[in-house]
Amino acid sequence: MEPFRRTRGGGARAWIAASEASLLRSLVSQVMTLIAPEGPEPPHHPPGLAGWEDIDALEALLAQPGGPTSGEDPEEPQAPDDPVLARLLPDGYRDDPEAAGEFRRYTESGLRSGKQQAAQEMLDTLPDAGGPIQLTQDQAVAWLKALNDVRLALGVRLGVTEDFEEQWASLNAEDPQWAAFEVYAWLGAVQESLVQALA
Amino acid sequence: MSVAPAEVDLPRSADRPVSDRPWVTIVWNDPVNLMSYVTYVFQQVFGYPRKKATKLMLDVHHKGKAVVAAGAREAMEHNVEVLHGYGLWATVKQDK
Repeated sequence: MEPFRRTRGGGARAWIAASEASLLRSLVSQVMTLIAPEGPEPPHHPPGLAGWEDIDALEALLAQPGGPTSGEDPEEPQAPDDPVLARLLPDGYRDDPEAAGEFRRYTESGLRSGKQQAAQEMLDTLPDAGGPIQLTQDQAVAWLKALNDVRLALGVRLGVTEDFEEQWASLNAEDPQWAAFEVYAWLGAVQESLVQALA
Repeated sequence: MSVAPAEVDLPRSADRPVSDRPWVTIVWNDPVNLMSYVTYVFQQVFGYPRKKATKLMLDVHHKGKAVVAAGAREAMEHNVEVLHGYGLWATVKQDK
């Protein structure tokens, strides 16, 4: 991938390899599945998407472990049990479950659909076979949000802390999580270049 | 998404001083969000100049949290909703 650069009109452009586009598509689709209003479905990706050897492992990593989500009782919604969902759809109040429930009741579905829209916008502007990426400012903001949600999901699953570099360095390269840390670091670099292009 | 009128739920009764405290939007530190991204979001969402946005981001980073806005409860809830859309970890609280 070539990093994002600013374009006239406040948008951004970059170049992405086919394998990287496949990886992004897979990860963003996985997050869309997690935040789908009707609840998560089993992970899947279209045939022929392969091209990144760790896609299956990453999908398994991101897939929700199961259990109820916040949609169980519409009168008394609570933060989702899955830590990834709880981070993507956080409480709006701390130490006040009643206010948090009320806030969630009025905002969660809009938050889910906003995240879905950003993710869809990213998928729509991601070249299937790799190549140039051309984004308007609005599309670039959708990319920032969608990339961030993927990083949050991966970060929670990996238990990333502020000492991320040390966590990564402490892993053996044969540890299955090593590749996931590499992807996480790469996503951070992509997002950083897009922020810099827009700033 | 919409913004409620700023005054709607603000308690006005003089015999409920506790309720007269303003409401605040708090952003919490989180190990994933990029510092540059958080600064960018503060600029976009609140229209803060880069210097102020950067200072608030550093407060979040070093102190674990920062008050990024204050005002009517509905406006603070709207802020939090928007910040959640960007993936920041934000909550509403009545100021003390």
